[in-house]
This record gives sequence, structure tokens and C-alpha cells, in this order.
Amino acid sequence: MCGIVGLYLKNPDLRVGLGRLFAPMLVEMTERGPDSAGLAIYRERAGDDGVAKVTVYSDEPGHDWNALAAAASAGLGVEVDVEPVSTHAILRAPLDASKLRAWVEANRADIRVMSSGSVLEIYKEIGLPADVLDRFEVSQMAGSHMIGHTRMATESAVTTAGAHPFNTGDDLCLVHNGSLSNHNRLRDWLRDKQGVRFQTDNDSEVAAGYFTWRLGQGATISEALEAGIKDLDGFYTFAIGTRDGFSVLRDPIACKPAVMAETDDWVAMSSEFRALARLPGVDDAVVWEPKPGTVYSWGAA
Amino acid sequence: MAVERIDLDAVAVRELNQRLQGRNGSVAGATFEVLNAKGRHNLAVGLTEAIDVSILGHAGYYCAGMNQRARVTLRGNAGTGVAENMMSGEVRVTGDASQSAGATGHGGLLVIEGDASARCGISMKGIDIVVGGSVGHMSAFMAQAGTLVVCGDAGAFLGDSIYEAELYVAGAVESLGADCVEKEIGEAERTRLTDLLARSGMDTDLSAFRRYGSARELYHFKIDNAGAY
Repeated sequence: MCGIVGLYLKNPDLRVGLGRLFAPMLVEMTERGPDSAGLAIYRERAGDDGVAKVTVYSDEPGHDWNALAAAASAGLGVEVDVEPVSTHAILRAPLDASKLRAWVEANRADIRVMSSGSVLEIYKEIGLPADVLDRFEVSQMAGSHMIGHTRMATESAVTTAGAHPFNTGDDLCLVHNGSLSNHNRLRDWLRDKQGVRFQTDNDSEVAAGYFTWRLGQGATISEALEAGIKDLDGFYTFAIGTRDGFSVLRDPIACKPAVMAETDDWVAMSSEFRALARLPGVDDAVVWEPKPGTVYSWGAA
Repeated sequence: MAVERIDLDAVAVRELNQRLQGRNGSVAGATFEVLNAKGRHNLAVGLTEAIDVSILGHAGYYCAGMNQRARVTLRGNAGTGVAENMMSGEVRVTGDASQSAGATGHGGLLVIEGDASARCGISMKGIDIVVGGSVGHMSAFMAQAGTLVVCGDAGAFLGDSIYEAELYVAGAVESLGADCVEKEIGEAERTRLTDLLARSGMDTDLSAFRRYGSARELYHFKIDNAGAY
């Protein structure tokens, strides 16, 4: 099954309370996906212009993040700052995000890179959505937008790495409700012929890898999604987080649900309306169901 | 008549349904107003008595499912499968309905004042459905009996693999599904359509409608098609 939610705050005055608005939306989707949960948040710290941000994960309790930062600083020749967040940590450094990410991937096989970019952070874990939200103190988070996912695994194992969102390039992420039927062959092709890296056997990660590849070829988000309608076989509602907003795409058969709502203050999407039912001003929101095979985008997506 | 108000922020959905189903004694003839729907699933399902229920707000899945005799009005949008498997009575949605509205319905009248999305009236078995707006793709898929009236447009593959049932569309039909063809509108059909539009409160001009139904070519296996398997 799986549940997905997205919330973009148009009104900057609301952004301090993003996590407080978002957390109940994800909890409402617990029945759709009780085995794992994850979220992507877009937020900027004052003075962080030009600073790369990479979120990383370790399955070792009490991992020594300071040692990782020290090793990265020495290896990259710049000061790498670390901020632990439960089982995850944020690495920051004044250089290109791809360099910081590449260093971690090349030197630390025990660490998984969850996201890279300048504003995006991804947090995900196995367990009930409410517990995952508590663990990362999501209710306290401020930012412009968040994308979240509650997982009921069908195609691959219940693991932290198999949870959503998946990073699809700098400051881009994907959540997926559905199942893809051509993911094995597509994964092989992307990995063997195009050099795309995969961390899991997860079908949704293949969609993320596919979009990463399309974007790397110069496609815009909308172009990549349009191409996905042709190349991805299966059922899906995707929400794609971008630096400035988010996009939504349903497959042409549209078995997987999605509902969207918009007011002057925010734009939200979810698998079901109940996740949106407590947003401020929802009674006066424009509420609609995205059409099959149609790309919807907000912000500069 | 006194209206009994039930607030779903205070009362569980199961309690609501037990009350409306008359589990604790008949409620026939009573009028209910349900507050704070907030997208909850399974509201006012399995009703068997002639009661009047208004639901305020958007509903989740299967609202007014399996209805018999009751009149249920949803003042908002409906999620998947509104009035699914309805037997009799009337269900009205003042907003839009998600996919599979009126699925497998045997009887009664479902009115959707806004749009219905994909698979509206899928496998309908005698229900009458009137949609004020448009319907999505694969509507009336495998329809067996009943009437689907669409005052707006119909999405792709209307009436795919239809057995029987009458389909009327006032707007454009993106495409017809397998074995679905346009048919003449005779006096009997005109009378039925007039009656359904009147009962559902739609003022679409009768002359705008075209009728579609089964060509009955898929009823039996054709040896000529053996090579296709």
C-alpha cells in the first residue's frame, strides 16, 4: 500500500511551524504504511550559502560522527562540520555537494548517504511513523516544504535503506506509492550501461535512479517525469521534492490514490484527504484529485 | 423533525454506523447530521432503514457503501468507492467523487453533482448513477445493468467490456471501450433519462445526450479470435 504526503508553505510566516503541521499528516497515513517512515525536509540555515549539505546514516548505535567529520576534513582539505540527528547526521562543508558525497561513498562503506545538496535533508527509519517522527524531532523542524512516506513493503525487504524518500540528485527526492514491474531490467540497464548507483533491491529506488539519470542528461523535472510515463511500467503515485517545491505524477491507470489541496498559504498532497483534514484553512481550500498521467508542479520545478 | 447531530471528533465511526444502522433499536424515519467527516473512511455504511443522513465535510473511502433505503447526502467530496454495492435508497455527493463511485451497485440512485474520477460505475448491476460533471477513464467497465448519466465528458474506454446497462453522455467521449457502441435513443430511453435528470436535479438539455451500450459481440467466444491467444 504505502502513504505519501507533501506540504509546501507559500506563506513564509508559517515556515517556523512546518514540522508541527507536517507530523500529523504523516501519522494519519500510518494504516497505509506501518513498517517504516521517512521524510525529506527543505530548510536553509542563515549564512549557509554555498555550503554543501549531506545527510548520512549509520546502523551502528552511538556511531562516532565526530571521527567521520575529522576524517572527511582531512581527506577533503576543508572544514567538515557534523550535526548528529538520531541515527542520522548532517555533514556540512564549503564545497560542491557531489565532492562531499563522493568522499563518503569512496571512503566509508559502513555509512549510507541519504541525501546531498544544499537545502535537502532526508531522514528515514523502520518502525511506526509516529515513532520515526519522534526520533528525529520532526515537530520542531522549520523549513519551506516537506515530503513524507509511510511504507508497507511489497517488493523488497523492510530496511532503513529501503524506506523512502530516495535522493535523486542534489536537493531532489522521490516518494512512491505503488509497485513497478520492470524495475529489475531497468536497474540492470541503469547500473551497467549508465553507471547509476543503487543501494537496495527496492523498485522505488529504481524510479529514483531513473529520474537521476534523466536529469543528468539535461532533462527538467517535468521532462523527466513525462519520460517516466513511457519508461516506468507499473503502478505509481510519485511525489518529487525539489529545491523550490514539489511535483506529483500518477500513472495512466491511476489505481494509486492522490488528493491535492491549495490555499493562499500552502499547497499539500496526500494519498488520502484525511491527512490534509487538519491543515489550517482546509475548509476553504481548493481540493482536487490529480489526473492520471499528468505532471503537476509547484515552485520552480 | 428533530435532527440528531453526531460529531465524529467526539464519536467513533463504528459507533456512528451502529447508530445509523439501528443496531440499538429502529431509527426509521429519523434525520441525522454527521459533523467533522475529515476524510474518515466507511461513514454511514450498511444502512438498512429509510433515514435521512447529511454528512458535512469530505469523506474517505466507501462512504454510504451497501446502502439500502436510506437517503445519504455528503456535503463535500467523496473518496474511493462512494455508494459501492448500493442496493436501494439515494446517495448524493455535492462535490466530486474519487474513483470507483457506485461500484457494483445493484439499485438505488447515486448523484454526484461535481466530477467523478476513474472507473465510475465499474461492474454496476442495476444502480442508476447521475454525474453533473465529467467521469474519468474506464467508467462503466464491465457494467451489467443500470444507467449511467454523465452531464459532462467521459474519459477513455467508456463502457469497456460492457454486458448491458445504458450509458448517456452529454459532452465528449474520449473513446469507447471494447464492445461499447453508440445506440439510438427511443421513447422509452428518453422517458427514463428525463426522469433521472429530474430526480437528480440536473437541467442538462435532453437533446445533448448520446446513448452508448453493449454491441454484445463479447458474449460468446468466437473461433475466429483463437489465433489471438
